[in-house]
Amino acid sequence: MSRLSSRGVLGAMVLMAALSVGCKKNAPIRGATPPPPPTTGGERNNEGAAGRPSIVAFTVEPSTVERGQSATIKWSVTNATSVIIDHGIGSVDVSGQRTVVPADSTTYALTARNENGSTGATATVNVTVPVPIEKPDTTREPRGTITQQIEHLQDAYFDYDKNDIRGDAQTALTADASALKQIFADFPSAVIIVEGHCDERGSAEYNLGLGDRRAASARDFLVQLGVPADKLKTVSYGKERPKCTDASEDCYQQNRRAHFSAGQ
Amino acid sequence: MILSDSATWVLRKLLLSASLLTLIGSASAQQASIVGDIIGKGGKPKMAVTDFRASGKAAAFMSTFNSTLFADLQGSGLFDMVPKTSYPLTQPQRPEDFRQQSGTGLALQDWSGPPPNASHLALGYVADQNGSFVVYGFLVDVRQQAIQGAQMLNKRYFESMDDNGARKGAHEFSCDILSKFGSNDCLVGTKIYFISNRSGIKEVWAMDYDGANQHQVTHSRSINITPGVSPDGSLLAYTSFRTGRPQLDILETATGRLRGFLNPGASVNSSPAFTPDGKSIYFASTLSGPEQIYRAGVTGAGLTRISHSSAIETEPKVNPKNPNQLVFVSGRTGPQQIFRMNAEGLDVERLTDGTGEASNPSWHSDGQHILFSWTRGYAKGDWNVFLMDVASKRYDQLTHSEGRNENPVWAPDGRHLVFMSTRGGSKQIWTMLADGTGVTRLTNQGENTQPVWSK
Repeated sequence: MSRLSSRGVLGAMVLMAALSVGCKKNAPIRGATPPPPPTTGGERNNEGAAGRPSIVAFTVEPSTVERGQSATIKWSVTNATSVIIDHGIGSVDVSGQRTVVPADSTTYALTARNENGSTGATATVNVTVPVPIEKPDTTREPRGTITQQIEHLQDAYFDYDKNDIRGDAQTALTADASALKQIFADFPSAVIIVEGHCDERGSAEYNLGLGDRRAASARDFLVQLGVPADKLKTVSYGKERPKCTDASEDCYQQNRRAHFSAGQ
Repeated sequence: MILSDSATWVLRKLLLSASLLTLIGSASAQQASIVGDIIGKGGKPKMAVTDFRASGKAAAFMSTFNSTLFADLQGSGLFDMVPKTSYPLTQPQRPEDFRQQSGTGLALQDWSGPPPNASHLALGYVADQNGSFVVYGFLVDVRQQAIQGAQMLNKRYFESMDDNGARKGAHEFSCDILSKFGSNDCLVGTKIYFISNRSGIKEVWAMDYDGANQHQVTHSRSINITPGVSPDGSLLAYTSFRTGRPQLDILETATGRLRGFLNPGASVNSSPAFTPDGKSIYFASTLSGPEQIYRAGVTGAGLTRISHSSAIETEPKVNPKNPNQLVFVSGRTGPQQIFRMNAEGLDVERLTDGTGEASNPSWHSDGQHILFSWTRGYAKGDWNVFLMDVASKRYDQLTHSEGRNENPVWAPDGRHLVFMSTRGGSKQIWTMLADGTGVTRLTNQGENTQPVWSK
């Protein structure tokens, strides 16, 4: 993220500042005392005051990259005898550009010096880790990966040989509906599978039909609450994928459920 | 056995009226004959089998041959086997060995009289002929006066000189003996398809009728369940999750290749069963909402909805003697029960009495009897195997809570059945005679379920 020193590029500065991380101020600070070059925070400390160097531009584009992708640092400084950029770039010309492949989000600091003192500026590149199913929407901050969000969805439980949505399942699915809307906002092309499961007592064949009904009931309830129907796909697992295998009512109840997983 | 079980159940429940108790009681008394109808109880031929001897290299394989032959004849359920301890001292090896009088085993009456009291004697020997294992097999009705009129079978079998050859020779000879007693459906050469998770996930496997030669049939690395086999054994239909949802696959058993089957666009297509002509399958589909019974050609063409209810309906099985009659499982009166209907989905009638839960119907080749699983009288999930005469709805209970017993299917001989039981501690495939004898475990590795017996 860039911080520009010149009044002449104020328009561009405001735009980029809106994207900046750690931005504190949009207007340049004028001070009489030369502070040390900033290490974080992206705040330009000075700009040619008292004959010190002027930083015309210091940017990194794009401001956000996926891990493994490159970004370009550009800079232009006047009235400097030396220009140094940290993170291993070192001493550079008064203007130029450099391609970097940062492993993690990095704030680069530029320090320009002359006989009257120094001027500093910072620029930050955000590095994201790609998620397998959905690329992050860079216009908002996701609440975590889609897998993490799906894991937080609550199962809806059913009575034996029934697919009615019980009171406790209504509570769970109502919370799930809000969470699902958030997921689809964060990951617009995501599809979520509503799985229908049964306990081990009914026959395997009949339970394929029963699991289908449970998944459909849960889906229909969510759609009534405004979750887009075309984002939900049902799969009946019958009694083929039990959560537990004990012969106890507690385990049977855990297996009589609608459960959520990521679609392909 | 049925009378006491049903009566105990009735008394324990203390719910049924006295008149119904009488009805059940009298029905139960008659029910004892249903198994007898199937396998012929009492009056069985009393079969004795000599220990065959051999020349040359064949001698090394005679223990395999003799034990296989005895097991085959005993396992057929057609005979009362005469214990070898009651045999005479001398055992004839061929018809020419018999005399009018002997007292030591070389006369017919030495076998028909006490202690053996046999009606028939299988005898013979094995020769090493140019490196081949050659069986000379004979069958004699020892109740006859003279050997000339007593011979029923005289046949040679050429096999390889090894254990497999000895086993095959015994199987073929026993099949020919069975055919002399009206059984044209020898199990030798038949196959059992089943579901096993021993590779890490449920795939279709196959084995010989006796559990030998177990091998994997599907390799989809997804869940595969509910297999059904065509009447000629050439096609195997089953439910596969390989596309993510339970859908039907049809596989050619000879090549292992999948045939194209056009699944209806439904979330579940499952539980396929072939029609007696092998040209169509019935199956369950959620195409219209809850799982209902549909029929289509083996390519998926000509899709027709058969049943019309708002309940879950599955496991359609066509009567092998009457393609216009089906049995199936439905929840239309509450917990899952066995129903029948015609091929238009009409004339629906419940066969089980509404108690417990019922599933897994399987027709006998006579078109009159079905095997099925029922929890009647037990807790939910405690399945036992039952046998029903469909016309009268009378039933026998064939297993009695030795673990859970499900997926009963008739063997081609109509006397044996294969089923899944947990009686050994895990889900395994077992066979037995319909009268509950000859219980044999066929699988050991992993969990094994849903067997179907193929010709």
